[in-house]
Amino acid sequence: MKKLLALITTFALSTSLIAGEIIVKGSDTMLNLVQRLAEGFGAVRGDVTVSVAGGGSGVGITAITNREVDIANASRAIKSKEISAARAQGVNPVEIVIALDGLAVIVNSKNPVKNLTVQQIGAIYRGEIKNWNEVGGPNKKIVLYGRQPNSGTFVFFREEVVKGEYASYMRQMNGNAQIVDAVKNDEGGIGYVGLGYIRNVEGIRPLAVAKSSQDQYISPLNEADVKSGAYPLTRPLYQYTNGKPKGQVLDFIRFELSPEGQKIVEEEGFVAVTQPYIEKNNKILQ
Amino acid sequence: MRLRKKIDRFAGITFFVNAVLAAGVLFGILLFLFSYGVRAFIPAPGTDPGDPESRPLTILGFLFGTVWNPDAYGKPHYGLIPLFLGSLLTTLIALTISVPLGIAGAIFIAERLTGWVRIGVKMVVELFAGFPSVVIGLFGLVVLAPLIARTFNLSSGLNLFTASIILAVMSLPTIISVSEDALRVVPHSYREAAYALGASPWTTAIKVILPAARSGILAAVMLGFGRAIGETMAVLMVAGNAPIIPRSLFDPVRTITTTLAIELGETAANSIHFFSLFALGFVLFVIALATNLIAESLIRREKRSFTL
Repeated sequence: MKKLLALITTFALSTSLIAGEIIVKGSDTMLNLVQRLAEGFGAVRGDVTVSVAGGGSGVGITAITNREVDIANASRAIKSKEISAARAQGVNPVEIVIALDGLAVIVNSKNPVKNLTVQQIGAIYRGEIKNWNEVGGPNKKIVLYGRQPNSGTFVFFREEVVKGEYASYMRQMNGNAQIVDAVKNDEGGIGYVGLGYIRNVEGIRPLAVAKSSQDQYISPLNEADVKSGAYPLTRPLYQYTNGKPKGQVLDFIRFELSPEGQKIVEEEGFVAVTQPYIEKNNKILQ
Repeated sequence: MRLRKKIDRFAGITFFVNAVLAAGVLFGILLFLFSYGVRAFIPAPGTDPGDPESRPLTILGFLFGTVWNPDAYGKPHYGLIPLFLGSLLTTLIALTISVPLGIAGAIFIAERLTGWVRIGVKMVVELFAGFPSVVIGLFGLVVLAPLIARTFNLSSGLNLFTASIILAVMSLPTIISVSEDALRVVPHSYREAAYALGASPWTTAIKVILPAARSGILAAVMLGFGRAIGETMAVLMVAGNAPIIPRSLFDPVRTITTTLAIELGETAANSIHFFSLFALGFVLFVIALATNLIAESLIRREKRSFTL
């Protein structure tokens, strides 16, 4: 009897067709944020629990394709290959933007370099620029730190900045915190991390980035510039559902986009959704 | 009398079934890995042959390819060599450190320690053998890597060298423990005979006891090898994870195990990338099997030369 009960409970917990649970999985960048949003939602709707896990944007998207979760967190857009793979399984991924993130490029605080253009950063990560003295720094080899291929940040940075293959010898770290730690201990290091990881951290300096050598160099520490899109490395943070969100999943997403939810977004170091994304979201959430 | 015979037969059958089951599970895993891995080399029905992402691998391209980049910006590459070298080099360098130290430690514990001291030391060694790999990896990341970076004046301590040291630390207790057991099993008469001929304890240990315990020591080294080549978490944290062919001891590397850990969760089920990871697993299995078979044949050769 007990075994039967345990079996039934496990089945019930594995899908939220049973009222009361929403399962979310995916981006590590968004993990803390969505967990806090889940807590906020739980305070308002005591009947629903939202469980959030990480694993990387790739893992989340695979999970929604395999119908294992209700929402996939992703810090990069879904690829067309993933959309067709999902459709082949009868899953229709629908995209909502819940926040914006700035990607900071950090160097060791002992490194005198303060500004770089997007093209220079791309060339550095492609391995074309190998020494800091080629960009106005000291004579020191550049040591590249990045994420691993399951990370949405890895993919986003490659599409938007590197625009080619990463240098094969780039060290692939497990998460944002590891990259911060590595650059902190390495005077020749360079890395990319989410905005939430650079506030009040000693030993590293976020670079001011310009879209091109003709544009202004903008620092990611200036919140207004990240919000307005003046800082070149901003990206939307997505959530994907199977078909348009309904029922309690819709309620949760509406909470995330509400003033209360967006306040949590800003507290976590991200940026609230801007107008063009609000309009896109509204078309889906109607 | 008849009951005893029945129990005997029953026990014999039970043990036989267990042995077959164990072998069967191993064979089953091998078959499973092969059946999934081989699908990376066969074009899936219904896919567009022009699509570079679903183009199946070629055996030569997989076994001798020098670039592993399945999530590429451009064309994906599925070359085994960087990962194979990463696994092999980290393991071999780790063993060159841990095997001499391990055997020496085992000799010391077996031949020179007695009573409570020996029991205590053995307990500590066996405790370390069971240490969770993640904790050792954390130690490597936070303590060892910066230390190595400072000592050798490197920018980063996340490289082949640090990973090898961590693997040596992990395989050492296993090698000591099993070697020590092998040494103690050698009959006391060997030692007494050597002492009677005037040999010192040190000469006895190295020239008489160690050769007599050869097969057990080899087993210990095999276990150490298995532990090192199969280690994932600790290596993931300190090796740098760049899938390149290392040109120096201080280059970052990626092993087969860490590649499986990093990439399996995010591949679309039944894609070429997905199957290629099973092919990697199959290769790892074959390496472990091959080393075991070689070790077994060496032991058998030893036994033959003894029974002349």
